Amino acid sequence: MVEELVVLLVIFVLAMFVGFEVITKVPPTLHTPLMSGSNAISGITIIGALVIAGRGDTTVTSILGLLAVIFAMINVVGGFMVTDRMLQMFKRRPEENE
Amino acid sequence: MAALVKLFYLLAAVLFIFGLKRLSSPATARSGNWLASVGMLIAIVVTLLFQGILTWQMIIVGMIIGSLIGATFARMVKMTAMPQMVALLNGFGGGASAVVASAEYARFLDAGSAIPLNTGITIQLSVLVGSLTFSGSVIAFAKLQELVTGRAVTYPLQKTLNAILLAVIVGLVVWLVVTPQNPTAYVVLAGLAFLLGMLSVIPIGGADMPVVISLLNSYSGIAAALTGFVISNEGLIISGALVGASGLILTNIMCRAMNRSLANVLFGAFGATVAEIGPAGAPGGKSVRSITHEDAATMMAYARQVVFAPGYGLAVAQAQHEVRELADLLQDRGVEVKYAIHPVAGRMPGHMNVLLAEADVPYDQLFDMDHINPEFDRTDVSVVIGANDVVNPAARHDRSSPLYGMPILDVDKSHHTIVMKRSMRPGFAGVDNELFYDEKTSMLFGDARDSFKKLITEVQEV
Repeated sequence: MVEELVVLLVIFVLAMFVGFEVITKVPPTLHTPLMSGSNAISGITIIGALVIAGRGDTTVTSILGLLAVIFAMINVVGGFMVTDRMLQMFKRRPEENE
Repeated sequence: MAALVKLFYLLAAVLFIFGLKRLSSPATARSGNWLASVGMLIAIVVTLLFQGILTWQMIIVGMIIGSLIGATFARMVKMTAMPQMVALLNGFGGGASAVVASAEYARFLDAGSAIPLNTGITIQLSVLVGSLTFSGSVIAFAKLQELVTGRAVTYPLQKTLNAILLAVIVGLVVWLVVTPQNPTAYVVLAGLAFLLGMLSVIPIGGADMPVVISLLNSYSGIAAALTGFVISNEGLIISGALVGASGLILTNIMCRAMNRSLANVLFGAFGATVAEIGPAGAPGGKSVRSITHEDAATMMAYARQVVFAPGYGLAVAQAQHEVRELADLLQDRGVEVKYAIHPVAGRMPGHMNVLLAEADVPYDQLFDMDHINPEFDRTDVSVVIGANDVVNPAARHDRSSPLYGMPILDVDKSHHTIVMKRSMRPGFAGVDNELFYDEKTSMLFGDARDSFKKLITEVQEV
């Protein structure tokens, strides 16, 4: 049992390093979309929420499941949409001043 | 089948990584965000199809409500309100993680089965980090939205009380790991974590919020990863770790930009009081020169290079569009226009860039501090708009200044500097700015938006 925990911990630590590598390359101009976009990614908790909401256990669990799905979905949909809204505003200088 | 499902989650995580990778340039960033959302879609669909979903009504209702709320938020929010929006979204992410952990806990209790040690540990940690992220984010939201005071709120024994609270929480976690069948202790733990989240954000002042939001961003990622430990899902762990790393990097960048340690930001209660120094003139009888709009316009119109250094005051005055209009006019006259963006120019990392992008400023004119500082020697006119501490030269040489060591925009190295300001009130750090008394500096008092409108007319007439 504890061995399984260690395996997961290894994955976590390695993924952190991947994260550091990828994210240090994001320029400061894009730090706000980075935050909202990565925020949407942290909405991956939706997976856990869906499993719980769909299990059809006792009322307490299913209500908690509903709440978790709502929260995570706000996070996912809101996060990706607002990031897209911001990123479409970033434009280059028009070529005419060549 | 289980193996196949795992591979799909891995695919989702890989898409997240590629999505984040494409954020390394504004040209590819939008497609990156799309890639990441496809990853999320895959993860959701696979879960719905293969994870033994028995009842659908809660899922359908939840997904519809959540999507509607999320979409409304995303469409309605103003770009100036982006920091509180991100704070709120962080909060929901953290909240979801706490709820998932609690549901798992409730399931074990219902079944009456023993909770394995590793599951016990991760459930407690998950509910702790999740609740803390949720309440901390809500308070950060309320502060930024000015529902409560944006100032640092302090009271006697604040740190001691928080430390005691933390100690009690740690004690509860240990107790629950050893004897998990204790719902009362579990609820108390969740409640105290909620309280700690609130109390630890309350003493942080408005301008330190960029750090707090970045940190909460990191927490929401870690909360997601912990949920991954609870339900043994590698996809969640990888994704959560990515976000956790992202938040930590941004937190670090923000702290460095303010020349403060994380501990100082979190516990320093910076900006609890605003010192009023030098209301009219300066100590020592120094005086400032003010300039007319006409002269300022002439100066800019005949310059070779003009650099705008915007601060949050620009966003408060809602003058982004006017700045861009003036910049367009100057460019038509052959003036090179650049924007110098300090890392803490807005209320969150990169906020000012978004505000300027919204006003159609091309991103290749936005320069971060390290790239613009060598340019000031060659700049004829620098225009500081609603910024103060981030252009204070005392940060470079005055060891007694609270700003000493903070990286700044070297606007004072340009041939002329025009500072647009409402009044002589000092900035967030409450220190006087020697830039204003420099003989190459001219002050242009008044509302930034009005001033820009006048400058636009004047430049048209030059």
